Amino acid sequence: MKINPDKCVACGNCTYVCPMGAIYVDPVLKRATINRDECVECYACYNGLSQEHLNPTFVRTVRRVFAALRIRFEPEPDVCPTAAFEADELTWPRVVRRAFSDPSVPHESTGVEGRGTEEVKTNDVTGRVKVGDAGFTIEFGRPGIGVRFREIQKMCWALAKANVSFEKKNPITWLMSEVNTGTLREDILNEKVMSAIVEIKVPVERTEEILHIVWEVEKQLDTVVAIGVATRCGEHGEEVVVAPILERMGYKLQRAKTNIGLGRMVQATAEPAARVTATV
Amino acid sequence: MTNTLHRVGDAQSFYDDYIVFAIPSKSNKDPGALPKLRRFLEIALEYKPVNLGDARHGGALRSSKNLGPLSHWKRDMKPDFQAVIAGLTVPTTCAAVFDNAAAAEQFVKRIKEEDLGMSVNISTSIEGAERCCNFACLERHSVGYSLGFEGKTEKIPNSQVTTLSTMCGHGMISHSLAKKMIDFVKENRRTPQQAATYLSRFCSCGIFNPSRATRVLEDARTH
Repeated sequence: MKINPDKCVACGNCTYVCPMGAIYVDPVLKRATINRDECVECYACYNGLSQEHLNPTFVRTVRRVFAALRIRFEPEPDVCPTAAFEADELTWPRVVRRAFSDPSVPHESTGVEGRGTEEVKTNDVTGRVKVGDAGFTIEFGRPGIGVRFREIQKMCWALAKANVSFEKKNPITWLMSEVNTGTLREDILNEKVMSAIVEIKVPVERTEEILHIVWEVEKQLDTVVAIGVATRCGEHGEEVVVAPILERMGYKLQRAKTNIGLGRMVQATAEPAARVTATV
Repeated sequence: MTNTLHRVGDAQSFYDDYIVFAIPSKSNKDPGALPKLRRFLEIALEYKPVNLGDARHGGALRSSKNLGPLSHWKRDMKPDFQAVIAGLTVPTTCAAVFDNAAAAEQFVKRIKEEDLGMSVNISTSIEGAERCCNFACLERHSVGYSLGFEGKTEKIPNSQVTTLSTMCGHGMISHSLAKKMIDFVKENRRTPQQAATYLSRFCSCGIFNPSRATRVLEDARTH
């Protein structure tokens, strides 16, 4: 992402909307400026801000007059008055930032779509998490902190050492140079992203062991971690296996995503429309 | 992605936060996915959602790329549900957000009767989802629990801010903007409804709950 200095009027609206806090108004240039090392190419500024197309010289003059008179004015907080944001041409490895940060684009760079996979959301169709399985989603950088792949690799190493299998369709797995050791590609390690998810599946009996590993590695990370644990319910919709383990470990379960079992496999008779992702 | 799952709040606080979403599985080459998803959204509209969205194009409140100079005085602050339905052009995850249990329960029951054959999930408190299933005479198939946020949590701002910002699990709503909107409401520069609308426009898949956000912003005014 870049900000056109000829258009920017330094109104400062964009400094608030950047989830990584990577935009600031440079006191010398008097223009909004992006810290490219911290920017995760999420496009929240470009996509989220509404745009006016006012004349920059006119807006700067008005702002100077108002400032001189100490008059506070009330601009809309979600508007870039001069449409100063311009999309950058991203190349490898920077392009992985956008793949893991902007949910509105398909993610060709990682070979799979989205930050994670469908996990149990389509479990009624795929049967991916079976009775007796615990599916883990270990997400890094969320909410609003971000993470570098170097940090994620620490967790991958620890999990690989515990001999877990990584979800094949997950974009982090795809970026591993050695899946058996959990080692990620060297050239992406310093790239920062909004968030990324490691997905594994283990027998339910290993739930406690996996969480202990996660707790241990978390202490070494300079970011936040959000864990999700999924499982298949019993015949009558009951779930009396995983929840008790989690509660015994001190978790107060408040919220869940519940698949209500309405999906079914359909035999295609025609070429389906191309599916675009971004998951909920 | 676990976008709807990790919201800040305890189970009780999700009484006005029900996200019901339909998702076409990649492994299920369903040529009828698009009309089914459109039908899902149309039915949702009958139960007065507070937001609708598809993961590709966004929710019922979106940013505009061509605001005129007079737009500040007559800006449309109402959600455009029909635009979401009309704009659905490719099969992707579609979501409906409700701010009360009754609407969510009736919608889930109706979706079961409609028998679209698509995977449907409810994201809310565990008990809230169970009640929806009971109302519709459905058994839960699978469940994904949120264990909340761990690690360097000292980097996360206070719960008023994160209650707002985590309503976009993709992270498109910054903590700074959420804090700014709280401050705007405290200073009486914007109403909670207006502030919630600004935040909604940044959510890229329509799962932000403007009704819950309005409540949170109203509470934040005096707390």
